[in-house]
Amino acid sequence: MSLLEVVDLNVWFDLPGSGRLHAVQGVDLAVERGERLGLVGESGCGKTTVMMALMGLLPSSATVSGEIRLEGEDILAGGEDTIRPHRWVDMAMVFQGAMNAFNPVQTIGRQIVEPMELHGVASGQAARRRTSELLEMVGIPASAAKRYPHEFSGGMRQRAALAMALACDPKVLFADEPTTALDVMVQAQILMRLVELADELDLALVLVTHDLPVVAQACDRAMVMYAGRVAEQADMDVLFHDPRHPYTELLFAATPDLYGEDHVVSIPGNPPRLDQKLVGCPFAPRCPKAMDVCRREEPLPLAIGTGHVAACHLNSPAREATA
Amino acid sequence: MTTLSNDAQLEPPLLEVLDLVTYYPVRRSFIDSLQRRPRQWAHAVDGISFDLYGGRMLALVGESGCGKTTTAQSLLRMVEPTSGTIRLEGRDITHLRQRELRPLRRTMQMVYQDPYESLDPRFRGRQTVEEPMLVHGIGSGRAERRALVDELLERVGLTPPHLYADRYPHEMSGGQRQRLAIAASLVLNPRLLVTDEPVSMLDVSVRAGVLELLDSLRREFTMGVLMITHDLSTASHFADDIAVMYLGRIVERGPAKEVVRHPRHPYTRALLSVVPARDPRRRTTPHILQGEAPDPVAVPTGCRFASRCPFVIDACREHDPVLDPVSGAAGHEVACIRADEIESAALPEVVGK
Repeated sequence: MSLLEVVDLNVWFDLPGSGRLHAVQGVDLAVERGERLGLVGESGCGKTTVMMALMGLLPSSATVSGEIRLEGEDILAGGEDTIRPHRWVDMAMVFQGAMNAFNPVQTIGRQIVEPMELHGVASGQAARRRTSELLEMVGIPASAAKRYPHEFSGGMRQRAALAMALACDPKVLFADEPTTALDVMVQAQILMRLVELADELDLALVLVTHDLPVVAQACDRAMVMYAGRVAEQADMDVLFHDPRHPYTELLFAATPDLYGEDHVVSIPGNPPRLDQKLVGCPFAPRCPKAMDVCRREEPLPLAIGTGHVAACHLNSPAREATA
Repeated sequence: MTTLSNDAQLEPPLLEVLDLVTYYPVRRSFIDSLQRRPRQWAHAVDGISFDLYGGRMLALVGESGCGKTTTAQSLLRMVEPTSGTIRLEGRDITHLRQRELRPLRRTMQMVYQDPYESLDPRFRGRQTVEEPMLVHGIGSGRAERRALVDELLERVGLTPPHLYADRYPHEMSGGQRQRLAIAASLVLNPRLLVTDEPVSMLDVSVRAGVLELLDSLRREFTMGVLMITHDLSTASHFADDIAVMYLGRIVERGPAKEVVRHPRHPYTRALLSVVPARDPRRRTTPHILQGEAPDPVAVPTGCRFASRCPFVIDACREHDPVLDPVSGAAGHEVACIRADEIESAALPEVVGK
């Protein structure tokens, strides 16, 4: 039994007027304690929506189906009632822009104490002591608890957001583009601390980002999403050296590397609209290797090796037999 | 990328910047001004010099607050330089008045970071590109302007042009918007294009396309491109030269690949060490600098990087280093008095806390 297991997750958003947008289309995912998983893809691929669905933080215009099992318990079954006891307690997250994660008129310390009191983890003196510990853990002097968010730099605020997420000692930590808005030096520093903490606390870390090199360095495994579906998932090393989905390959090729000599190429075209029914492989219109079957039939996720799954007709056994 | 032949180097540079200084006044409190305390200045750009030749791309890199954006704004005379000289095609434009500057605006254009903010949401693609023509009186009639718009849209990869000419910015993706902004900047046939983080707002999948477009345009029109970026990987792939800025100064510059492969300044080395590698097998070891850059209002004497430098010695705090040529590497310059001794010394790993 995995720590967190997601089976056939679907999310639809009601659009203003009529129509629905199928943002997440049958995603399966499993993550263990102490594991670091990257969720990568272009904007609009559904990576943030998956995370928000797992946290039960989607707006009311969203409809969610599937199973979300946390230590075996289906927390999606009872809607908000079954998710609430776990949110911030067992599963916590760090948002994209830490600027907006804090209430500007409350001290940082107060805002870290709050989730502890709310969820009955600690209160009073004990909660304040834990706040000091948490702040020091993320690299902020404990005395800074008395300060207000505007007195913190961007990097400090992101660290404080991390302290707040860790307040109730969660088992799973989601981080959505945790370092995107920061300077490179601060970015590296926070990322290093995040990885170290995940190890020390034996957390399952899910890193949501469009930045492949960050995932390559910080994660053990990654899931590449495209048009609301999982295109490929594998160990980071396999994903880079032996990708089995053309999208994964192209995504790496579009990312410049500091010392790379290879030509950086963009992926022509745009992702498909998700408010219309997709026929065939969603990537087919942009895929240089697309075949007739790709435009007709949807490729199903196929296990290629241990923990390596790809949804591409190029891997189908029938094709290999005829080739 | 390609190096220019010696003949081309003999031509005067498109843009010459000599000892450019731009200070911003720091707000004084009422009491301070009553007490006649001296006005304080933030040294945003503090004496930088460089040349940019037509057809070349120079990347200005550094962390936020290093003065790279102020440099660009000073060049375009969007902010008033405090001192120094800016020459565009041999002409001193440092102190031209706004009225005299207007015809020059055709020669230098800017492409902004955020194509969501920089385009007028009420303008269709055609109007966006046509507007500068109307302002500067280009094209004798409607038909001619129309043809020019189509040609430009096609050139920046918005094909078929008629489709994009009728679209509003909100009907386009980020990459398409940035291409449209580039088309609008090309209308006036500029000699110098300044781009401030041109792709940082765009999706990874389209970044390379926009950068390739800039790359081909500068070759085709022998246009000089000054690219401001914090992304060293992008700079090393697309720029000919890189200049690294720290606290208002250029601390190292040279051919892009040379600077990236053989960095000499401790700051450049630290900056390069934190760039994550794309290949998970090549583990990167970030060398993280402690502390923050000094306050630009109270610039320290001596080397500006001394307070964070792992190789600092007493002499560094007294001696303000200038850019010196690196022996054996043409065009590579570094401002560090210890550059030669510390070349092979390993950077100490500072564990981020």
